[in-house]
Parts: sequence; C-alpha cells; structure tokens
Amino acid sequence: MGRKLLTEHIDVEGINTFEVYRKHGGYRSVEKALKTMTPDEVVEEVKKSGLRGRGGAGFPTGMKWSFLAKPEGVPRYLVCNADESEPGTFKDRHLMSRLPHLLIEGMITGSYALGARTSYIYIRGELLYVLRILEKAIAEAYAAGFLGENILGSGYSLDLHVHPGAGAYICGEETALLESLEGKRGNPRNKPPFPAVQGLYARPTVVNNVETIAAVVPIINEGGDEYAKLGVGKSTGTKLISACGHLNKPGIYEIELGVPVEEFIYSDEYCGGIWKGRDLKAVVAGGSSVPILPKELILKTAAGENRLMTYESLSDGGFVTGTMLGSGGFIAMDETTCIVKNTWNFSRFYHHESCGQCSPCREGTGWLEKVLHRLEHGHGSMHDIDLLVSVAKQIEGNTICPLGEAAAWPVAAAVRHFRHEFEWHVTNPKEATAPGAAYRGTAVLA
Amino acid sequence: MAKITFDGIEVEVPDGTTILNAARQIGGGVVPPAMCYYTPLKGSGGKCRACLVKVSAGSAKDPRPMPKLVASCITTVQDGMVVENTINQQVLDVRKGIVEMLLINHPLDCPVCDQAGECSLQDFAFEHGVSTTRYEEERRTFEKIDIGPLIQLHMTRCILCYRCVYTANQITDNRVHGVLGRGDAAEIGTYIENIIDNDFSGNVIDVCPVGALTDKTFRFKQRVWFTKPVNAHRNCSHEKCEGRVTLWYKGKDVLRVTARKDEYGEVKEWICNECRFDKKETADWVLEGPAHINRASVIAQNHYELPVVNPQVIQDLPESTTRELERNPPLKLGGLNG
Repeated sequence: MGRKLLTEHIDVEGINTFEVYRKHGGYRSVEKALKTMTPDEVVEEVKKSGLRGRGGAGFPTGMKWSFLAKPEGVPRYLVCNADESEPGTFKDRHLMSRLPHLLIEGMITGSYALGARTSYIYIRGELLYVLRILEKAIAEAYAAGFLGENILGSGYSLDLHVHPGAGAYICGEETALLESLEGKRGNPRNKPPFPAVQGLYARPTVVNNVETIAAVVPIINEGGDEYAKLGVGKSTGTKLISACGHLNKPGIYEIELGVPVEEFIYSDEYCGGIWKGRDLKAVVAGGSSVPILPKELILKTAAGENRLMTYESLSDGGFVTGTMLGSGGFIAMDETTCIVKNTWNFSRFYHHESCGQCSPCREGTGWLEKVLHRLEHGHGSMHDIDLLVSVAKQIEGNTICPLGEAAAWPVAAAVRHFRHEFEWHVTNPKEATAPGAAYRGTAVLA
Repeated sequence: MAKITFDGIEVEVPDGTTILNAARQIGGGVVPPAMCYYTPLKGSGGKCRACLVKVSAGSAKDPRPMPKLVASCITTVQDGMVVENTINQQVLDVRKGIVEMLLINHPLDCPVCDQAGECSLQDFAFEHGVSTTRYEEERRTFEKIDIGPLIQLHMTRCILCYRCVYTANQITDNRVHGVLGRGDAAEIGTYIENIIDNDFSGNVIDVCPVGALTDKTFRFKQRVWFTKPVNAHRNCSHEKCEGRVTLWYKGKDVLRVTARKDEYGEVKEWICNECRFDKKETADWVLEGPAHINRASVIAQNHYELPVVNPQVIQDLPESTTRELERNPPLKLGGLNG
C-alpha cells in the first residue's frame, strides 16, 4: 500500500475535533508557513510539488496561484470549490465530513500564500450535514486562534466562511460558483476575464477543489520536492479515487498516482476485483463526464502498454482510445451492464443540470437525452446512432463552459466504443428492452 | 488602435473593440450574425453562439491560433489578430448547427407570429440554416403569459438571449423580470406573474430578437411588411425620453410605435411607454419622412436593397442570390471606403 498523505489519520476516533486533529500533527503547516515562510515561498513550494488540480481539469495548482493578479489595495480571495456533484465522484464529501480540519488548515495556508483576507468554502447544498461539521470545525479553529485576527501572532488575519449552494451541478463550474456565491443565478461567466483577474466581486480570485487545498498541507509539511517524489512524471503525489460500481470493495482509496489500473481494480489492496466473479465490461475512469472505455482499453493503452492511474497514462491515445483521470470518480461496470441505458442515464443528468444559458448546451443536452431514451426503449433507428454523434459534435467546444463537453463526451465515447450495443438495440428491440437486458456479445474494437 | 484582418479585409479599430464591432465597421456580408448581443445593454452577448468565429492568429505578439471558436461579440481585438468568418468552413458548419439547436424547440409559427418579417431568428435561419430538421421529438411549449396589459410573453418562441432581462435590469426601475428554471426548462419570468410596471417596460418588446415579447396593442393587426415605417418625433414630457420614434402606418392609421433601430436591429434611443402605447394619432407627432430599412429581411420587400457583400469573400452563396447579384450588382463591394 502506498503512502497516505491526506487520509493517514482518517479513522482515528474524534479526528473531526480540533484537539485530536492537533495531537496528530494538525495545523503544523499553518505554523510553518506563517512563522518561517513568506507567501511567495509557499507558492514556490506548491509549484515545486507539481500538484495538479484535483477537481477534474488537472491544471497545475502552483501555476494557477502565480497567475493571480495582485493590484495594490484590492482584496483577493481564495474560494474552495466543494460543490462536488459529478455522478461517480464522492471523495470531497468523505474528506470534509471526516477531516474537516484538514481542509481548514489547507485554506489558511493557501489564503496566506495568496494574500487573501477572506476566504470561502462553497459547499454543495445537499451536503447540509457536512456544512454543519465544517462550521463546528471553523468555530474550533477560531477559538484556538488559527482563524480571525492576527493568527499565531504573525500579523496575518483571515476570515473563513462556508456557503451552501442550492444543489445545482453547474455551480461546480468556477465562474458559476462565483456568481452563485455573489447571490446571483448560477450562470457561468464568459471568459476572459478569468477569475485570476476578475473573480469574486470582480476581485482577483483563485478557485480550488477541496482535495487540492487539502494537498497543500502535506506539501508545506514535507516540502514540495518530497511531495513530487511520489507519483509518476507530471502526475505527482497522491489522489483520492472514489471507486464505485460492480466492484467487490467499492470505496474511497488514496492512491499514489502511477498505480496500474489493473492492480487498482483487481488487487485485494484496492477494489478486490469485479463482484460475483463476473467479467469487467467498461470503466468510466474520472467521473461521468469523461469518455467511457471498454475493458481492453482501460487496462492497456492502444499501444499495448499497461495503463496507469495518472493524468498522462489515462489520456494516452486522446479521445480515440483514451479517457481522463478527471475528478477520480471511478465507475466500473460488469458484463450485465447495458451501455445504452447507462449513457441515457448520464445524459439525463446533464439535460437536467444544463443552466440553459447558451443554445448548443440548452437544446443539445435535451436532444441527446431524448434520442438516447428512444434507442434504449427500442424505438430507435440506425440513423439515430449517427445523429447522436453529430449532435454531440455540435455541442462540443461551442459552449460557454465545459458542461457542454461533459454532456457530449460520454455519448460520443459510448457510440465510439460500444456502437454494436446501440445497433443491437435497433435490430433486436424486443430482446434489448426486456428487464435487465444487456448485450453479451463480444465487442468489436474499432 | 489595433489593426486586425477579418476575412482577408484589414480594419483598424480602437483597443478594446470586440471582433463583432470591428466586423461591423467593415459592414456587409462579412458581419457575423448576433442573436443575443445588444450594444446598448451591458453584459449582453456570448449566449447564443451564433457569432462564433475562428481566430487563426491571436495577435502580432502571439500569433498562435485560438484552440476553440470564440464568440466574436465578447472577444476583444488584439493588434495583428487574424479572424476568419465566412471563409472558414468550420465556422459555417458550426453556425448551421447553432441554427438547428435554436430551432428544435422553436414552434416555427411564423405565419401567425407578429415578429415575422423583422425576426432575427428568421433571418438567421434563412441565411445559415438548412431547410429540414432532424428533430423528431415533441417540442417544448409554455402557456402564454400577459406581463401587464400591454406586453405578452410567448415563451415557446423564446431563444433565451437574455436581452429583455438586461433591459429590465438596466433601463427600468423595480425589476421583476428574470430567468426561472434551468436548461431547456428555463423561462423568462416575472416572479408570480408580476407585471412590469414602469415607464420604460415597453422596450423589452423592441430588444426581443424573436416573437416572444409582443406589443399587445399591435397583436394580429397587420403583417409588418404591409406597414410603412415613418420617422417622427414629439416633445415628450418624460425626462428620459427624447420622443424620437418610428411610426408604422397602414393607410392613414398608426398601427404601432417603436424605437428607431439601426441595421443590426439595435435600438439607439429608448422610448417611454406613453410614446409607444398611447400616441397613435398622426396629430401627436411631427413627421420626418420615411424610415430607411437597412436590414435585408422580408420587411424591406418592394424597396429591397441587396446586402453589401463581397462575392470574392463569400464562396458558397446560394444560387438564387448569385443570380440576383448578377442581375442587380451591389453598388459597393466589401463595404470599404463607403
């Protein structure tokens, strides 16, 4: 089992309280940063660590921080994106509910590095109980002098607020999140200007995922270079993977980036193989918006190399034969899964969650869903399969925010890799629409 | 000042100008269509994606192309930028896709719609769309809503350009107007069907690119192309209203009053509700003369002026247009130098 940097003490009784957390080495990074480092040194450590955004896009965090505009006399903000709502991703909820102080510690260190005097945690509305946990932990941190005026006598002051959303997936998009935080309708903004220049209240803002901010804590404690030793190539450190679906041991695993996908699925250390002794059919490796891959392509790349759990290895082959690490929402599907039904299910989600601001996404997500509904229920035609690809292509790249792509990619990938299943629905509607029916034939690899 | 190349035509514009406005300086057929952008309204644009263009060189300093198509109405120019609109096949294909998307939930009830003839969506679909649809499902519909006694909202026709929302927000008081719901269930709404009750509310009718917001005093009175627009003014008592309008005549009757619009359908001066809804007698007005219709739409029939196009730039004009161009060659090519 690899090293655990974030979740080492997650099972300790009472770790959600300040005292126990502190006893296990908590808030060391705050002491170290505020007492011995300048803000720029903290940013430099994060840069050295090679940490990449854990929310899905995988953008280097240190670079994002250094892009932050710093005009004189203007407040800056650090906002934590805790609006985790992608189907298949549930790592942040776990981290926040069990280790609330880890996030708060990361927020303090990160805010210090960016020079923010007020920071926000924007949490998904459905996670009301986590909000309460965080609020209690923040109150404890205030009482212990780690938040508020003049933290640890360093002269640095910080206020931290938790703000719940109202349950819209789109508010996980950073500019929609900022709109929502400002009290407006959660519509993504046109970019540029980017949040680093004009973010919250038109001030320079950095928006980071929960896990990204939490990862700042071990980086400061152990040094960026030490952190960068973990992992493979440009995928450094550890990553939380929320594994679900037809696995023997679904759950949240902190892995060192670089674990082979095969080992992650089949070894007893991790997911322990596919349940009920069945065969693996397909995997969605990074949350519902990334392309689905059949067993053959998720275990090995098109060139025949072992696929690893890294940003690079999973995206090897582009979208033709690859996928993305995304947010780490790992969904495994066994041979009894109907890919058409699954794609329809994902599509229904994106149709429901599109904000409706720009036309390709507003109209296109609904169209995809309706065509998939038709195919799944045995009323489709061969022409519908091509229609899906065409509509997905019309959405992709033409929208204001990435939700359009998130809706288009899974559909395009499902047709690309499982076209035979769609065709089976058209040619054998009676068989395909029977309860629990799934195509059991062999896949035809393109 | 920044010098950009738009469809092979060079134009120099002040820094901070958007690509769309730079193209409008060139004028004519190279101008990208805009369904949601509206110059007088702050924050508008970027939503309909009709104006997407290809930036094949970002600037003189950094000549890399932009990876995705960009919305020309909100992207500002950089010196040395090279933009492709009508000469880029990808742009034309995407635009065709946008028309299709905008039309899948549109009722296409043009024959009974008051906006027909001066509808941006109609023009856009005519110029860039295809004549068939691949959409077989049921279309989204809404009940008609009266927003007060003068304006009717026909949400089914709406393309959610947000123009009326910005209008209600920026030029009228006591906003009760916004967007409710999400995705393709999103609708323009006045919460709990409040009426928009202020002196400038009628302007939401003028900014609407489609027939979603219509003038109830004009509903079903006449097809717009049978009416004659005449510019007129009066001394309006309202401090914010200049009283400069367009009257739409049928015979001797003033059927409706609108603000004056430019060739891109944008209102230059907002007018108050008194001018718009209450002054429908010729005696109320000082007439200035016939209003010039710049837009090449059905409304300009009988005194149709061909759009200023550059045949070298637009390669795949429909055959009918080419024939028409040959018969009546446009006075100026490319729109350069007046």
